Amino acid sequence: MVKYNDKNAPLLKINNMTVTFTQYDRGLKKTELPVIRDLAVEVRPGETVAVIGSSGSGKSLLAHAVMGVLPYNAEMKADMTYDGELLDKKRIEMLRGNEMVMVPQSLSFLNPLMKIGQQIKKGRNDNETNKRLNNIFEQFELDKKVMNMYPFELSGGMNRRVLVSTALIEHPRLVIADEPTPGLDPAMAKRAMSHFRDMANNGAAVLVITHDLELALETADRVSVFYSGTTIEDASVKDFEKEEYLRHPYTKALWHAMPRNGFKFISGNQSYVKNLPKGCVFSPRCPFKTKECELTQEYRSLRGGKVRCVNAK
Amino acid sequence: MKLEIKNISYAYEKKGKKIISDFNLDLEGDERVGLIAPSGYGKTTLCKILSGYIKPDEGNVFCDGVPITKIKGYSPIQMIWQQPEFAVNPVLRMKEVIEEGDDIEDRITEGLGIEKDWLSRFPNELSGGELQRFNIARALGKRTKFLICDEISTMLDLITQSQIWNFLLEEVKTRKIGLIAVSHNSELMKLICTKQINMLTGEVTEK
Repeated sequence: MVKYNDKNAPLLKINNMTVTFTQYDRGLKKTELPVIRDLAVEVRPGETVAVIGSSGSGKSLLAHAVMGVLPYNAEMKADMTYDGELLDKKRIEMLRGNEMVMVPQSLSFLNPLMKIGQQIKKGRNDNETNKRLNNIFEQFELDKKVMNMYPFELSGGMNRRVLVSTALIEHPRLVIADEPTPGLDPAMAKRAMSHFRDMANNGAAVLVITHDLELALETADRVSVFYSGTTIEDASVKDFEKEEYLRHPYTKALWHAMPRNGFKFISGNQSYVKNLPKGCVFSPRCPFKTKECELTQEYRSLRGGKVRCVNAK
Repeated sequence: MKLEIKNISYAYEKKGKKIISDFNLDLEGDERVGLIAPSGYGKTTLCKILSGYIKPDEGNVFCDGVPITKIKGYSPIQMIWQQPEFAVNPVLRMKEVIEEGDDIEDRITEGLGIEKDWLSRFPNELSGGELQRFNIARALGKRTKFLICDEISTMLDLITQSQIWNFLLEEVKTRKIGLIAVSHNSELMKLICTKQINMLTGEVTEK
């Protein structure tokens, strides 16, 4: 049992998360798509965790599931705790927007009929909020005129910064940022990430979902790797210094694909949800495949991290 | 084949600020040029001008001496877009999307890792990375001489990124296709390009 307010206890802990979509096939025949099968993530206060994975591995769904904004035809099951207590639908609705904030991936989440300033301030107009807003705008190099503009008048990069600002103006304990940097040039992306870093240093737990491994390695403490709806590795950022420190073959393949590490790639594609392999989801592309890979893979601790691979040593 | 870009200027509003002013560049078939600039400095606009989607206010682009506005039929200058979702017709199956290109060989689709059963799907049934491969394949038609790549890999994961670029580089080198690439990833640009141009300062670095 986790003690309440224990400093090293995870603020958000997710285990065995599954998300299943129900689809109508032909006529009234229903099919179920198990998009997320086994996710496990932990974030502690003061820590930044980067969630890395290919597109379609269930990264965004994780964010939406924690915030309770999944589409109507999705069903989620998970053991989620927040601050040591069960996180259910009622509690999510109470916490989101105050203690838990999210930076969504799509720019279409901005209200097209609302002025930027109002949107970030969320209706408040006290001195402190205005001061914070001015501060954020200054750091993001946004002109004060922007406050009285509408989202359609801004460029993609500017809208992205506005989205990030909506989270920065709060005092959250948990931040989930879903791809906060595409469309930003490197300097601006780094600045956005450093804001999240500051929030973590002030005691918030930060979860950054991204596919930009280089940027994640610069700002995060730990990296959680997703593949095909499953968490396959949990590693510290230091583990990415050398290939041997990493545990799962997919993470190693990611490492090799970085431009500074040779830009090599492995062939094949992530399996489609409807025809997944038995056992390890990565096994069809894995160069070290053995018979044991067809068994159900356990998520086990290894060398200070976690891995879902029987052959990892 | 030679692509000559001569004194191009462009402004989005009449009498407004020129987003591109007096840009010049010569591109040969065996050259790969990278364009660098922060967001909002007209990289995408320049790409659109080069591939003929918008007309410059001043100057012109010549492909083998012929202005690109005079080219009829298949354009030898093909562009690959940043957002693959917006670059394909949503009511066409992927098979038909590929047929929009100029005689795309199976070698290309295989090299890019396109799987056979993707061909019968619609665009909304594929992920961004899968769609982007179709966009690249479609642009690599037989008569393509120059490729304009506008941030084609920013939204892809590392392995897909390296798979796509490794294939594309090999193809471009063997077929002597001239390449203009825009990307924020400086490490990637170093690997791909023979020459890099900083649009902000006009500085040119050659490999």
